[in-house]
Amino acid sequence: MTRPAASVPSTDRAAAARKWPGVNLHVVSGKGGTGKTTMAAALALALARDGRRTLLIEVEGRQGIAQLFDVPPLPYEERKVAVAPGGGEVWALAVDAQEALLDYLESFYNLRRAGTALRKMGAVDFATTIAPGLRDVLLTGKAVEVVRRKEKNGPDAYDAVILDAPPTGRISKFLNVNSEVSGLAKAGPIRKHADLVMNVIASPQTLVHLVTLLEEMPVQETIDGIAELEQNHLPVGAVMVNMTRPPLLTDAQLLMAEHDTLPAEAIRAALGAAGLSAHEDEILPALLAEASDHAQRVALERREMERIEDLDLPTFVLPLLSGGIDLGGLYELADILTAGGVR
Amino acid sequence: MTRRTFAKAPGLDIDAILGNRDIHIIVCTGAGGVGKTTTAAALGLRGAEMGRSVCVLTIDPAKRLAQAMGLSSLDNTPRQVPGVCAPDGSGSLFAMMLDMKRTFDEVVEGHADQARAEQILSNPFYQTLSSSFAGTQEYMAMEKLGQLRVRAEEEGTWDLIVVDTPPSRSALDFLDAPARLGSFLDGRFIRILTAPARGAGKGIGRIVGMGFGIFTGVLSKILGAQVLSDVGSFVAAIDTTFGGFRERADETYALLKDSGTSFVVIAAPERDALREAAYFVERLRTDDMPLAGLVLNRVQHLDDPELTSEQAAAGAQTLVELSGEATGATAESQRLTAALLSLHAQRMNLAARQRHLADRFTAAHPGVPVSSVPALAEDVHDLDGLRTIGDLLAQSL
Repeated sequence: MTRPAASVPSTDRAAAARKWPGVNLHVVSGKGGTGKTTMAAALALALARDGRRTLLIEVEGRQGIAQLFDVPPLPYEERKVAVAPGGGEVWALAVDAQEALLDYLESFYNLRRAGTALRKMGAVDFATTIAPGLRDVLLTGKAVEVVRRKEKNGPDAYDAVILDAPPTGRISKFLNVNSEVSGLAKAGPIRKHADLVMNVIASPQTLVHLVTLLEEMPVQETIDGIAELEQNHLPVGAVMVNMTRPPLLTDAQLLMAEHDTLPAEAIRAALGAAGLSAHEDEILPALLAEASDHAQRVALERREMERIEDLDLPTFVLPLLSGGIDLGGLYELADILTAGGVR
Repeated sequence: MTRRTFAKAPGLDIDAILGNRDIHIIVCTGAGGVGKTTTAAALGLRGAEMGRSVCVLTIDPAKRLAQAMGLSSLDNTPRQVPGVCAPDGSGSLFAMMLDMKRTFDEVVEGHADQARAEQILSNPFYQTLSSSFAGTQEYMAMEKLGQLRVRAEEEGTWDLIVVDTPPSRSALDFLDAPARLGSFLDGRFIRILTAPARGAGKGIGRIVGMGFGIFTGVLSKILGAQVLSDVGSFVAAIDTTFGGFRERADETYALLKDSGTSFVVIAAPERDALREAAYFVERLRTDDMPLAGLVLNRVQHLDDPELTSEQAAAGAQTLVELSGEATGATAESQRLTAALLSLHAQRMNLAARQRHLADRFTAAHPGVPVSSVPALAEDVHDLDGLRTIGDLLAQSL
């Protein structure tokens, strides 16, 4: 793989203020259904802007990245999946624990051929199964290997690596590979490997971002997840509030809607003016009920937003895209992250 | 009104399932974050209030939902939820949270003499396996289900068990993990590991033996020899006490295929959740497992389909223009009405997108009954909230 010519002079790149200087591994987690993979992809796009190159990694065998970028299923091989605004590139990789073990055997023991034979016997499956800790070390280890990889002439192979990680409930355990393998191996190569992985993951070059929705359960999981990350001395990055819908009513109108005191007769008159008087007896109560529902929902979202603000972490607020998520939507989300200083 | 949203699918008759005394197990499954646990709890409560003796087995309930069912501690034993019964006084609701490690320990204790059980429980490999193996939770959920069913039959305690499935990477893990764990513990490799001398020097055994030599060499190098010897002694101990894990997994699998079991697949009207639901429905069909239908949670329901989103948006546009020329109270109410119409258009559009996704599911899986539950403004915190969900599930017919 050769590095593409940067379309922006490096001095300009360095001059632009960066939100997270020195960070090159971004781990994205979140409760199921919050749009974790989408956020990881948008972050990869935003960080690739202006001639940079990023790698988006998935570890759960879901092929979520391929679906999102509308490309064929990803093999265990780095593939270019998108071009970022300003000439940057997003690459992607689906890490598989078995392949990663073979990789590991090859690079540390030069045992690739033996590894292939072992796989035929089911031994590789066996090894990654008996030790779940081993599995996670292999997955995080691959991400760390890419983070540390250099081009022949010196620069990092990727400007940033974005890991679409397991959900919030499992993230601390997944990243805390040291303690995971400690029960299995007190010394030896895998232990050394885990230490090396941990040196990167628990360092200032890594950040763990959590994706949430403005709903009670995802916010609670985010709060609990952050506490757990901090307990384990893992570096917490930003909270990404996904799928938000800006209120369509003013605060005063919301207040009236909440207390069912919207001026029904004035609205009826306005409906007439808009040429909608035909079904106004059905339309009017329906609109009032929708407004009241909307007001309740906005009130709940504001309460949840306050709980997120209390965390005192960098927070990104991203809208619900009305057309669903497609490639265009990803660029839209990436632009919002960029406007928030991600570059 | 909600059923209009998903007109193409037949309705799912929840009360017919809950009221069918031949159904003893309801399995709730689906992708993470779609409201599986809430649905399971709501089904259990509704069943109890229809006069059935219900036990709800939850895996990892949110704190407030657990509190709603009176579950304050994770003690792996069903506890009665006070004050729940049918109007005639029959029926009851029990609930429990799965403690996966405890359940595994109980399996060991129940099948081995004390000395051997202690030997297994203190084995470091067992401890890793029972607390963090990638399929243990699914396996233990099934194991617990099997135990509860046996207890229900022997003691007549419950005539309906509602089980929530673990928040897996994929809903299919619930079906596959037990067999995976079974075949892993029963597999060729682990057998070789426990008896490395067996067959050495003879034909195919020699080839395996050679491969095994490389393998143990590599594994010892990576993990250390201790791990391998832990695995060996664990398997030896477990093998002699209660033979084939695979056999056990097969038994539970058979229980799921029984006509007394009913699967409810749960999804939200979103692409990924519905894709996951589709995989699961296909799998149930392939494996000949009894599917009751699909529950779609968090559906945007329509208050007034008389006003299309186009009409609403056009009306809003007109009012914005008019309000620019008007003044005072008139302008204000026109702006307000424009906002209300935009809100309506937004909801109609969301509903249309959800309907499109649901219709695509139904086109691919015609005949799968669907029940849709409207999105509620707040999460469920108490039994009344669960009752509301139950009503909505049943109304959808």
